Amino acid sequence: MLSLVDVSAGYGSFRALFGVSLEVATGETVGVIGPNGAGKTTLMRVISGLVAAFAGAVRLDGRSIVGVPAHRIVARGIAHVPENRRLFPKLSVEDNLRIGAYIPAARRHFAGQLAWVYQLFPQLQERRTQPAGTLSGGEQQMCAIGRALMSRPRLLLMDEPSAGLAPLVVQEVFDLIRRIRAEGFTVLIVEQNIQQVLEVVDRAYLLEVGAIRLSGTSTELKNNEFIRKAYIGL
Amino acid sequence: MDLFLLEAAINGLLLAGVLALLTLGLNLIFGVIDVVWIAYADLVMCGMYAVYWLFAVFGWPLPLAFVASVVGVAVLGVFVHLLIIAPILGSAPINQLLATGGLLYFLQSFATLIFTTDFRNIGVRLPVLEIGGVYISYSRLLAFGVALAGATALYFFLRRTYVGTAIRAIAQDREIIGLMGVDQRRIYLVTSAIGGALAGLGACLLALQYDVHPFVGNTFGPLIFMICVLGGLGNMIGGFIAAFIISQIIAIGGYYFSTELAYVLAFILFILLMFIRPQGIVGR
Repeated sequence: MLSLVDVSAGYGSFRALFGVSLEVATGETVGVIGPNGAGKTTLMRVISGLVAAFAGAVRLDGRSIVGVPAHRIVARGIAHVPENRRLFPKLSVEDNLRIGAYIPAARRHFAGQLAWVYQLFPQLQERRTQPAGTLSGGEQQMCAIGRALMSRPRLLLMDEPSAGLAPLVVQEVFDLIRRIRAEGFTVLIVEQNIQQVLEVVDRAYLLEVGAIRLSGTSTELKNNEFIRKAYIGL
Repeated sequence: MDLFLLEAAINGLLLAGVLALLTLGLNLIFGVIDVVWIAYADLVMCGMYAVYWLFAVFGWPLPLAFVASVVGVAVLGVFVHLLIIAPILGSAPINQLLATGGLLYFLQSFATLIFTTDFRNIGVRLPVLEIGGVYISYSRLLAFGVALAGATALYFFLRRTYVGTAIRAIAQDREIIGLMGVDQRRIYLVTSAIGGALAGLGACLLALQYDVHPFVGNTFGPLIFMICVLGGLGNMIGGFIAAFIISQIIAIGGYYFSTELAYVLAFILFILLMFIRPQGIVGR
């Protein structure tokens, strides 16, 4: 579904990604793991069009999406749950979900999609008129995921869904990801919480200083000597 | 109760409607695009000239001239954004102030050049209504009703539509709005058109009551800015409330003293409030 070949990107003269290649097949849940500053967020932003790639190819179903502005990429079927959730804090929960369904193709299915998101996350329905800024961390993550699902995406990008949340809530968020996975979505997830994320993905890539260092199935990576020593601390 | 005082208070209330409408337009543009259109009152002047020429000179029916003024100033608003604001969106706020300030002088000079400094009136005299000894002009009543209807329409547009929701969201997070499928440039154009349309609507309502001349914007422009700041710049509800407070001060002050002194009182109150509540009366 998604393929990146030799992608380099950055901000101005600063380069964050050096020739990154990766693949996500339909129905898969893929992780990109790595330390802070490895270029994980830049990678997500290149895919969703917020950051332009200097070089390389990004293809969705074989069609290049390099240079396509972010608002058009949503219409092609990619939804991005940004780092730190980035809800519109003064808008109500329901307005946040409504704006997630902004693209014309999603507007037509708004009522049904909203009912489905509320069924998936009943807490959101209880708090539907509340400003999104007043939700707890876990609820905010639900709202951010729900907002992304409102565009009826085929590929869901999740950037550090567990960042800045209390340990118990982190557990909840990984349960949410399992539910999204079970719904049959294709998911690309970026995480620093390596041990946890390897429990929910099929495959993962290890990104270090802007380049892919390792890749494999989650079982392979869990048993990989280097990852165990450097990231899991065993 | 003093009937003249009551009449002054009612007139103040009716004046507040139009001021509130114009304040909404200015606040909408500031809240969404983060730019202050210094020349906003001069867009109103352009709309008043449009009504004058189409109705009084070319003989169009008045409602048609009104519609043309609203549409025309909306288009003007789009051009203001495309030609003046969009190229300098990323630059320092002072540059944007200077650029829209320059537009103010341009519009005033341009109007002087083609229309001269004559005061012109569309010459429509609507009847005056008498209720229990209190006289209220129909044109003011109409202006108040239309202004409230315009504000209500804007409210529902912002609350109930996707574009309206995007307009409310965009100032809260400009960076990720694209991830929602929202084209930021398009939202800015729609906002500028709405801001222009509100100025055009205000122009229609003012043309019923006042003469138009190239500097008519100077008579209420500073007032609108003061109301915006008093209500908290960008805060639409605050601006709406402030419009009613300021109009009452001017109307009732004008009754007890003189209109000139009433304006002085309003501005003194404004300065005092800026010391006490610099974030505006409804600001956080």
